[in-house]
Amino acid sequence: MRIVIALLSGMLFGAGLAISGMADPARVRAFLDLFGRWDPTLAFVMGGAIVPMSLAWLIQKRLGKPLADAAFNLPETRSLDGKLALGAVLFGIGWGVGGLCPGPAIASLALAPAAVAPFVLAMLVGMALHRLATR
Amino acid sequence: MIAAAFPYAQPGAGLIGGLMIGLAAAIMLLGLGRIAGVSGLAARATGIAKGGTPRGIAIAFILGLPLGAFIVASLTGGVPATFPPPALLVIAGLIVGFGTRLGSGCTSGHGVCGLSRLSRRSMLATGLFIASGFATVAAMRLAGAL
Repeated sequence: MRIVIALLSGMLFGAGLAISGMADPARVRAFLDLFGRWDPTLAFVMGGAIVPMSLAWLIQKRLGKPLADAAFNLPETRSLDGKLALGAVLFGIGWGVGGLCPGPAIASLALAPAAVAPFVLAMLVGMALHRLATR
Repeated sequence: MIAAAFPYAQPGAGLIGGLMIGLAAAIMLLGLGRIAGVSGLAARATGIAKGGTPRGIAIAFILGLPLGAFIVASLTGGVPATFPPPALLVIAGLIVGFGTRLGSGCTSGHGVCGLSRLSRRSMLATGLFIASGFATVAAMRLAGAL
């Protein structure tokens, strides 16, 4: 049951990415291109996504446990730190260079596998390098 | 108004796709009690990250992403996309992979789930990665790479 819910959630997420235009790196980069042909579409995607999620957080506060699992497993770290800031800045650089973040990149494996494969493979290498560097 | 100012923007499609993304994240939160953060789940699904979300759940969610996109492409006759050259994608991928792990999240975990939770960490991260993305593309434009 949990596996089916996760799969359906992933499918809805991937479908939303494809419909929103975010599976197109050129469109994502156009949002970041303030001095070029700026395209605000990404802001509508984030705004649209935040609406149901804001409601979900309100409901979550009233639930003792999730509907299909034993307990909530949510990030509880509150402090701002250098790792968070440096990681976000680095991510933004890569996002600007490629026009891709992890969700659209993985979803694009079904749309343009040959074109997106170098990014996804390099991203996994980057993640593994982080693990090696922090062990 | 938006359409007149930015004829190439797709605010309607963006909003509908965004609502679907938010609903998907809400299903993960209320159904399974977890954050739909793609970078974290990808690291977990591939075994790069240990512990946390059960691996089967991470794998199912990550496999769902291309499956959902594939269904949309089949129904609509294709999803247009223009990719940068492979060399740029390799550089971008390395930095995105390392950065999202160091910063504990990406556009989905911080930008969608964290912002809507009013998490200070996610507000800082989202502000920084958008600012850094703006600066990077501006620098590429200055350097004549765009």
